[in-house]
Amino acid sequence: MIDFLQQGGYAGYVWSAFGMTFGLLLIEILQLRSSHRTTLTRIARLVRLRTPRRKPAAGAGQDSGAASAKP
Amino acid sequence: MTINWFKFASPAAFYPIAGRLIPWFGGIAAVLVLIALYWGFFETADRLGGSNPQKEYYRIIFVHVPAAWMSMWLYLVLAGWSAVGLVFNTRLSFMMAKAVAPTGAIFTFLALWTGALWGRPSWGTYWDWDPRLTSELLLFFLYIGYIALHSAIDDMRRADRAAALLAIVGLVMVPVIYLSINCPDPNQCAALHQRSDPGSIHPSILIPMLTMTLGLWSYSFAAVFARLRNIILSRESDNAWVRDVVAKEAV
Repeated sequence: MIDFLQQGGYAGYVWSAFGMTFGLLLIEILQLRSSHRTTLTRIARLVRLRTPRRKPAAGAGQDSGAASAKP
Repeated sequence: MTINWFKFASPAAFYPIAGRLIPWFGGIAAVLVLIALYWGFFETADRLGGSNPQKEYYRIIFVHVPAAWMSMWLYLVLAGWSAVGLVFNTRLSFMMAKAVAPTGAIFTFLALWTGALWGRPSWGTYWDWDPRLTSELLLFFLYIGYIALHSAIDDMRRADRAAALLAIVGLVMVPVIYLSINCPDPNQCAALHQRSDPGSIHPSILIPMLTMTLGLWSYSFAAVFARLRNIILSRESDNAWVRDVVAKEAV
């Protein structure tokens, strides 16, 4: 086992090469997952922002109607 | 029977297909990479009692060569989809090209990184202006340039076209890397990469190297499709089908 870890005295080179390779690929996977989630929530927020805008618009119409009725 | 391939060229049609393919490519990639790692560390000729004049750092070959091959192959894919996009003006082609670039840049960086860690013990230096090292470094800058140029232009369609042109012009680098051995005899000049043919590599080294290449290829499919799905969602966010997807996937 120690033999395997030492890689004939070249452990630093071998493990840095393999570590960087699979470390970077792992980071890419995690980054893709999190960006998928943020994309979904961003679009969900956009959709939510867009839908209620019609209701306040209707409400604003009533408000202005009430305001014009007051005087 | 004819298949209408343009049906799959619509982002709305490809989004669910890519989603179904990702677990398959990811699973195949994991299996192949694990086989290649096991083989490369435990089943090579020197482990099985045979004689091997190489020192242990040669095992870096099992990630170095596949990463270098993938860096060139993904550039061909990037330039290919860019060309298809420019010729047919299909939205999905440009999205595909954009999705390939970061993964290609990662593999190019890995080829340089693992090469440096191999070069230090074998050649005595992390870096040298060897033709192949230099041209691979330029390929890395091309990937970075593609990503930077694309994100520097606000208008999506203009960004797609400008970056696609850059990708096609940069295509000259791939054959340069492939052919960049100007020195058949290393005793006569300073070239560090030498000509080699796969037939001269021992099967116990060649097989894990090819298995790792297929594994990383499969990984690239999964990663590129995952990124493509994100690009499709954000670019098509005005469409009704995206709203359905978001309602279904976002909890």
